[in-house]
Amino acid sequence: MSILQVKNLHVSVDTDQGAKEILRGVDLTIRSGEIHAVMGPNGSGKSTLAYSIAGHPKYNVTDGEILLDGENVLEMSVDERARAGLFLAMQYPVEIPGVSVSNFLRTAKTAITGEAPALRTWIKDVREAMDNLRIDAAFSERNVNEGFSGGEKKRHEILQLELLKPRFAILDETDSGLDVDALKIVSEGVSRAHAASDLGVLLITHYTRILRYIKPDFVHVFVAGKVAEEGGPELADRLEAEGYDRYVKA
Amino acid sequence: MSAPVQHGLSEHSHGAGVPLQIRSDRPRSTSVADFPAITQQQDLWRYLNVDQLKGLDSEVLAEYSEQVSFSGPDGVSFEWILSSAAPVGSIGLPEDRVSAAGYTNASKTLLVKIADELVSAEQITISVKGDSATASALHIFVEAGKFSSTTLVLEHSGLGVLAENVEISVADEAKLNFVSLQNWESGSAHVSAQFAKLGRNAFLKHTVASFGGDLVRVTPIATFSGPGAEVELNGVYFAEAGQHLENRPFVDHAAPNCKSRVTYKGALQGDKAHTVWIGDVLIRAIAEGTDTYELNRNLLLTDGTRADSVPNLEIETGEIEGAGHASASGRFDDEHLFYLQARGITPDEARRLVVLGFLVEVIQKTGIAELIESLTALLEEKLNRG
Repeated sequence: MSILQVKNLHVSVDTDQGAKEILRGVDLTIRSGEIHAVMGPNGSGKSTLAYSIAGHPKYNVTDGEILLDGENVLEMSVDERARAGLFLAMQYPVEIPGVSVSNFLRTAKTAITGEAPALRTWIKDVREAMDNLRIDAAFSERNVNEGFSGGEKKRHEILQLELLKPRFAILDETDSGLDVDALKIVSEGVSRAHAASDLGVLLITHYTRILRYIKPDFVHVFVAGKVAEEGGPELADRLEAEGYDRYVKA
Repeated sequence: MSAPVQHGLSEHSHGAGVPLQIRSDRPRSTSVADFPAITQQQDLWRYLNVDQLKGLDSEVLAEYSEQVSFSGPDGVSFEWILSSAAPVGSIGLPEDRVSAAGYTNASKTLLVKIADELVSAEQITISVKGDSATASALHIFVEAGKFSSTTLVLEHSGLGVLAENVEISVADEAKLNFVSLQNWESGSAHVSAQFAKLGRNAFLKHTVASFGGDLVRVTPIATFSGPGAEVELNGVYFAEAGQHLENRPFVDHAAPNCKSRVTYKGALQGDKAHTVWIGDVLIRAIAEGTDTYELNRNLLLTDGTRADSVPNLEIETGEIEGAGHASASGRFDDEHLFYLQARGITPDEARRLVVLGFLVEVIQKTGIAELIESLTALLEEKLNRG
């Protein structure tokens, strides 16, 4: 059982007009096996939370803590966080020139586990995971994200999630830009990873649509850089019916 | 690859009023005096300054011979012949002043003859090992006989300042896998014109691999003289601080139904690392059924680097199979690094992964295991310095 704690997190970014505060005291606790949905309107700071946990250099933590089983995550480099068991499925995965998917996956797996995976089982695992996500085998030899469609990029993110087996996964708007079929495939992948390794999930989304396929245990509504309301899955239903208007009328 | 951040000007778009010169119309001469003194104002030399040539543009150069050693399987002969004798000059004559200086000052030429029908997996090696910064000349003539199939590696190392002409005759139905490796010590300057002529149904895979030397400029020129032939001009380069690595491949489609593929990839790391790629393809009126594609990609690893990349395609017939080109220079930036790091990969490993993935692909096309291994190790060493 692992626990990821975000305590009073304040985060700012540098802009031409000076530092701009985006997160204004976020508190969140996720345990292994739990699925948390973070919902909110555009600009509420949802993605900033995701990137801050992963350690993107653009985001400056000005106050607060992030702890993974009591360890100070903020002191870790980006790669150390990943090796500690944190995974960020990116909203906009970048193209990596010259690096094939197969080489990338094997290198990442080796980095995460500290040793090269046994070749025969690894090839089988990759093929099976790709089949499950309806990713064509030819993708292995393509460069990472190069020429991938939006849906292919998202499925490739979930492929990594399933193969790298982190303790906690942060999904940053993985559902955006997906048609219903792709959304189902991606959701099944998340559910498989969740079931296989007692994964804790922080699902960041603008819409309630993905929550029909991935049932959250907890729902947090983000407004203006803070959690404005928390509840169970029923809160998502209410948001579906009412939208964010009652939070942002100011 | 991200969108081009730097794309050289088209060769035809600058110097208003300068008449357009067809690539094949360049004057050719073995006499240095026929070419004006080199200045940066001349199109051929605009990317480097004359000092970088370290005297290679002089009328009088010393001559390499002891610096050259060679080996190969039975059926391959090596002989120094007078440069005034046939077949020297039959494949290509100098198109610039340094090439002319190299031609005139090399009184002897190393003639490498590959026997007709010789099929051998054993590598032919010509090793040029420089031992001084004296500006010198060298001429090599390679004759790949009919139906032969061989691999030749021309390697340059040591300290050298060299004006070199290489002529490569690939006879009808012959296959030649040719690699020119430039791994000079710092302080070196090397300008090499490499002329190839392909007979009917011949195949030439020509690879330029430039890593060491202050200035390395290679001009591979492939001319089709019979139908059905195919050429691959590949190149790979890694420029570090202060290095100038230039490549000017030219494919002359002077016969019908021939195919060419030009693929050059380079990485730049360190202050004032500069690479230049000028890729010329000419499809003459007679060259119906031509299929050509040229590509140059550069990966800028640090600030302060500069990659110039100019593809030129001249087409004189509409009856072709295909003709295209692509050029892009992109950065390995913080977002690439973040993505790889977010998967547990250390920053050093991330750079290694990207650069090796990008460049080794070209080296692998040679199919020469030993070379692939040694150049990969060399690249890793360079990356560790970055």
